[in-house]
Amino acid sequence: MAATVHDPVEADDDVLHHSATGLSNEKIAMWAFLASDCLLFGALISTYILYRGRSVVGPYPHGVYDIPYTSVSSFVLLMSSLTMVLALSAIQRNDQRRLRIWLLTTALLGTVFIGGQVYEFTSFVRMGLKIHTNLFGSSFFVLTGFHGTHVFIGVLMLMSLFSLSLKGKLPQEKAQTVELVGLYWHFVDVIWILIFTLVYLIPS
Amino acid sequence: MTDTATSHEVEPHTHDERAHPSDAQYVAVALVLGAITAVEVGVYYITAIPKHLLTTMLIVMSAVKFSAVVLWFMHLRFDSRLFRRLFVTGLVLAFAVFLIFLSSLHFYSPSRH
Amino acid sequence: MTEPIAYGQTPPLTARRSLLRRPTSTAGLWGWITTVDHKRIGIMYGVSAFVFFLLGGIEALLLRLQLGGPNQHVLSASAYNQVFTMHGTTMIFLVIMPMAAAFANYLVPIMIGARDVAFPRLNAFGFWTFLAGGLFMYSSFLLGGAPNGGWFGYVPQTLKAYSPGHNIDFWVFGLQILGIASLTGAINLIVTIINMRAPGMSFMRMPIFVWMSLVAQFLLLFALPVITVALFLLMFDRQFGGHFFDAQAGADPLLWQHLFWIFGHPEVYILILPAMGIVSEVLPVYARKPLFGYAVKVFSGIAIGFMGWGVWAHHMFATGLGPVAISAFGLSTMFIAVPTGVKIFNWLGTLWGGKLRITTPFLFAVGFVAMFTIGGLSGVTHAVVPADTQQTDTYYIVAHFHYVMFGGSIFGLFAGVYYWAPKVTGKMLSDFLGKIHFWLMLVGFNLTFGPMHILGLQGQPRRIYTYPAGRGWEFWNLVSTIGAFTIAASIVVFIVNVIRTKISDQPNVGADPWDARTLEWTIPSPPPEYNFAEEPLVTARDELWHRKYDEDGDGRAIRRELDYPVVMDEVPDEVHVHMPSPSYWPLVASFTLPAVAYGMIYRAWPVAIAAGVVEITALYSWALEPSTAPPDPDEGTEDHGPELDSGEPAAAELETADAD
Ligand SMILES: [Cu+2]
Repeated sequence: MAATVHDPVEADDDVLHHSATGLSNEKIAMWAFLASDCLLFGALISTYILYRGRSVVGPYPHGVYDIPYTSVSSFVLLMSSLTMVLALSAIQRNDQRRLRIWLLTTALLGTVFIGGQVYEFTSFVRMGLKIHTNLFGSSFFVLTGFHGTHVFIGVLMLMSLFSLSLKGKLPQEKAQTVELVGLYWHFVDVIWILIFTLVYLIPS
Repeated sequence: MTDTATSHEVEPHTHDERAHPSDAQYVAVALVLGAITAVEVGVYYITAIPKHLLTTMLIVMSAVKFSAVVLWFMHLRFDSRLFRRLFVTGLVLAFAVFLIFLSSLHFYSPSRH
Repeated sequence: MTEPIAYGQTPPLTARRSLLRRPTSTAGLWGWITTVDHKRIGIMYGVSAFVFFLLGGIEALLLRLQLGGPNQHVLSASAYNQVFTMHGTTMIFLVIMPMAAAFANYLVPIMIGARDVAFPRLNAFGFWTFLAGGLFMYSSFLLGGAPNGGWFGYVPQTLKAYSPGHNIDFWVFGLQILGIASLTGAINLIVTIINMRAPGMSFMRMPIFVWMSLVAQFLLLFALPVITVALFLLMFDRQFGGHFFDAQAGADPLLWQHLFWIFGHPEVYILILPAMGIVSEVLPVYARKPLFGYAVKVFSGIAIGFMGWGVWAHHMFATGLGPVAISAFGLSTMFIAVPTGVKIFNWLGTLWGGKLRITTPFLFAVGFVAMFTIGGLSGVTHAVVPADTQQTDTYYIVAHFHYVMFGGSIFGLFAGVYYWAPKVTGKMLSDFLGKIHFWLMLVGFNLTFGPMHILGLQGQPRRIYTYPAGRGWEFWNLVSTIGAFTIAASIVVFIVNVIRTKISDQPNVGADPWDARTLEWTIPSPPPEYNFAEEPLVTARDELWHRKYDEDGDGRAIRRELDYPVVMDEVPDEVHVHMPSPSYWPLVASFTLPAVAYGMIYRAWPVAIAAGVVEITALYSWALEPSTAPPDPDEGTEDHGPELDSGEPAAAELETADAD
């Protein structure tokens, strides 16, 4: 019965798949990393949700959140996903000029978002909310700070791509590099979509 | 998160990227995303909506936005199913594990104001 | 019937690699330091892990000396806490995990017919980061005291208020660094296995070790971020006054335990699956039969991988989770025993009716099956919640997980060491000394950990540094201590064996000394840097076996009469395969991480910031480093995507001298 395990007939259909999957190593790696990051943000967001409404001293969320302000910065980050995908579309058409415009726009929108976050953090601190104030302060700053760090790394990568493109080192064949940075960038955006709803909008 | 079953069968094992959306389609997706965001913020201010309904609406809307970005901007709709499987595995695992985790701690019950 | 394939007979295939060898590089010590060769990295993983194994073993002996009798004074209470914490942390993170990484790094690419991993420099980074993290954690012994909160680091014990020294900080940052190493390693191996398989190497033809490594790497991929977050929260509590685990501020004291065990239970399978894979490779070779129920084996491995995510709270039955949660987790824990039991029957089925060759690797593999079964059975008793409530925090638990981790993982890893040593070194370890090693270790192991079942049921708690006389614990504790030194003696025999073999002038064993089944045995021992002079074409599971043996009507193996060699015993002259170039950026990026951590622990912010700048510089230089061929400055393109080959046909062509 053991002989049936490796029936030679099964050879035929498989030899066809020549170079494993035909996909690029880097792209598989990026998707694996993003899948892994789902659990990272899953743990952070769950911690925030667990501690909603459990702080024993103020300030409390409804006292410090500025929803219109955060809505605008959320919108800015959301639109940076559009400019990112337009940058990818541009390099795929070998349109270097638009590639640069959209890369720079994306990086600028990301910077505006981070700037907005810095402003938000300082205004919270002025209202007496710090990391060691209460559970809300701890879980809010660590979650959004973690996300902000992701955005910051994304901006660094976008600026690197922009400067590569200026030096003419980002030809059409390198479209995948832009695609990979784009995947990362969009992921950071979708995490913010969740944070905006779960942290800011849902009433406690 | 995966699309129709038929596309799975048609899709060969090799590098297969179906035609990417045009820039106009990307802009259209972005407009939808922007519109949903506006609705989200809008319903937040409608005090007449009961709390549970509001929560449900907000979660549905953010899930739609999440899916739109992942499926269109990240091309998951058009790309190899390997990527889809990888990402969906991580996403579903995260969702399931942390839901069980939060449920076991009764995160919904203790004193809140 | 499939035709077997001999070297020189396959049509020349286009190489998937297109990089020139940097002329300066691979010789001498500097060659090892800058290497990106997966085999050298695998060897370095193995050697480092063995050194840590000796350290962790010495710690174990100190613990056993202290507990050998009542009221001993070998260790103070404080020293005991540090030693048991470092023993557990070392054995898990610095021994079993990197040992599994050593085997995976060395073997996975060869077993799937590849020339290297998908990201060679990332591979080097993973190793050096592991080493940096291990050394960083051990440096705590010289800097005021080692971690002392147990390998699980439970809060509130590990909060600043109760552990004011830097001990726990070293644990937190050390594990973070090790986590980075494991995460990069996991991504690298996953991509390698998915995408670097040779033509014909379909998923269901992959050696079972490759499968089990793949499952383990996926578990790492998804489990590591959870402990990363847990450690970050603890870091914020300790360093920046956070309240995540501060019950007075309203925090839930179980948050840490949940996050830790959501990581911790998959971690158990991360530790055991590679050893299971090794045993599944070893048994068929010495039983001269294919693995019984290959597909079942694969799917039970995957099932374990998935179910491993739904059982973590069995580590928390005594914490008051409530009846619903406890019942659910108790049931899921019982269910996970099913795929595990299936695997045990697979191994027995493999042995059944086989022509057994009783060699050292075979003995270790059988030892694995027997000891792991005992550990698995005592594990099922933990799933029974009322029983577990009695067993929690007693020596019964210690007995259980040592039967799984030592009787399981370590026995399996030693089976692998003896089995693949001739492949790695070209020399056979002494079978005689190997058997002495095995029997001493088996007896010592059971003497050490068998009595702990009894001690646990008698109520001896874990993690106590001493105990009074007259509780009926003296005899079995003494037996256990004698057993621990028997294990130590067996390790001495192993070291003697290795040294004797190293200095012996034994002739090269050739490619296939065991009459084995998988691709790594088709190439010279030790393999050349490029592994395969020609990319292999795979036509069957157990490819090499099918090249050597035909089967008669009853499924009996009949050696094929062939007029050409099936394996390549010697490295052929004039094979030019372009391999990735060495690089020192991974090394710089790795060893900068502890500098950041020291800066943060001692609040020397300039140090942390300077190290951070160096880190970013190293990563940039790495990304922009012309990995070899001038037109490709990107790390990405180093790794032979198909698009690159078409761009450089000349460089991509594999130049092989005629094998005849
Ligand atoms: Cu467990």
